[in-house]
Amino acid sequence: MRDNIIEVKNLTKKFGDFVAVDRISFDVKKGEIFALLGPNGAGKTTTIKMLTTVLHPTEGQIKLNGFDVVEEPTKTRQSFGIVFQDYSLDDELTAWENMEFHGVLYQVPKEVRHPRIEYLLKLVELWQRRNDLVKNFSGGMKRRLETARGLLHHPKILFLDEPTLGLDPQTRNLIWSYIKNLNKEEEITVFFTTHYMEEAEKMADRLAIIDHGKIIIQGTPAELKEKTKTQSLEDAFIKLTGRQMREEDASPIDRMRMRRQAHFRR
Amino acid sequence: MMKIYIIWLRQIKRYFRSKSRLIGSIAQPLLFLLALGFGFGPIFQKAGGGNYIQFLAPGIIGMAILTTSLFSGVEIIWDRQFGFLREILVAPVSRLEIMIGRTLGGATVAVLQGIIIFLISFLVGFRPKVTFWPLSFIFMFLIAILFCALGTTIASLLTDIQGFQLIMNFLVMPLFFLSGALFPLQGLPQIFIKIASIDPLSYGVDGLRASLINGAHFGILTDLGILGAVAILFLVLGSYFFSKMEI
Repeated sequence: MRDNIIEVKNLTKKFGDFVAVDRISFDVKKGEIFALLGPNGAGKTTTIKMLTTVLHPTEGQIKLNGFDVVEEPTKTRQSFGIVFQDYSLDDELTAWENMEFHGVLYQVPKEVRHPRIEYLLKLVELWQRRNDLVKNFSGGMKRRLETARGLLHHPKILFLDEPTLGLDPQTRNLIWSYIKNLNKEEEITVFFTTHYMEEAEKMADRLAIIDHGKIIIQGTPAELKEKTKTQSLEDAFIKLTGRQMREEDASPIDRMRMRRQAHFRR
Repeated sequence: MMKIYIIWLRQIKRYFRSKSRLIGSIAQPLLFLLALGFGFGPIFQKAGGGNYIQFLAPGIIGMAILTTSLFSGVEIIWDRQFGFLREILVAPVSRLEIMIGRTLGGATVAVLQGIIIFLISFLVGFRPKVTFWPLSFIFMFLIAILFCALGTTIASLLTDIQGFQLIMNFLVMPLFFLSGALFPLQGLPQIFIKIASIDPLSYGVDGLRASLINGAHFGILTDLGILGAVAILFLVLGSYFFSKMEI
């Protein structure tokens, strides 16, 4: 049996009275591709934020690559890479400079860094535009650059928060085959969230569905279909979470507001 | 070291790509230098204080550095709003390295502006009197580090730009007016000297004056010691708040 590289126990996050993530537990094995699915506002992003040290859990424990995320944040950060759901590029820098900045922070040696930046920028078809400021890029280009940047340092665990959102099928395929390749050749564990069910079905070894902050089911795609007696993951998903439409994820500003309210109540 | 360098480099690049900031932050100290320098010059002379521009220029250099440094903290809030702060915070970089990189970046920019004011004041008649006047660059740098670290620390606790600007305006004026940048501390009421001696900028302005035109109030070693100690204190404080930051 392979070792667990992510261990989550009773993880909880409250914003004031609102419980965003409610005592969830799951494990991810080394080298596995694991998907976290759920409707909008179910707690996916909050979970990823806690796993990646930028949000402190209210309760519970997370171990990443053997490190306690709260106790040893720096060592944890050395173990993972992340592609965020919304932009985290520097608009005033060029595509190349954004990549270079990332590569240096993650201590990728120059001999590896520069050829890899070139390779990745070509992969996402931004090589011609490498010396343009990111503020002149379209939404799709920024997204591609962001994804390329997250792949630059070949971490032990790669977090992808809706990695292919807003990308055309061609780019999505390219990026996924690169990720699959990384997963196989370097045994990189991949943890991703997505809205595309067929993507989860095709890519994930195992997955969990989260709703209202709780994990309602986890297992391999085949197991999930069997348990819910459905034909596709999409049907399983709808059966489990209902047909009702959901509120959009809280925007960063909403979250700030929530935090401020929580802060003043204290 | 490479990590600190790349954080520093990013800020320098951003600064030189924004022409409006280059010009905007020089305008105010320049106004003070010219208006006060020529306005109060004759009175100062009559009262036996000597050439006022000579006395004022080091104070205005200090002011230019103070303003630019404190306001450099706003970049943290921009980064938060544009999402780039996440990229920095999840990186395997110690919070102290982030703090040092940012502070050095902001400080470099602030010192550059101090030097520009220095050159301009030279044009309107300011002449350094001390043979070891390049020592003043060390003081410029210390003032810049100290207030960049303070600005960044405050910014790390805030999420909105308006709030930050309000707090900064509230800080800049007292720090500046109470520092003895505009008038000599000698002979002032005891209470005023007490207040001035808890304003870190007083030691910066004093150090600049000591290394440019002589006539230190606190003494050059006291100036160096206090500026250095307070700068380190703010750096450590800032990296502590960085480690508590959530996105």
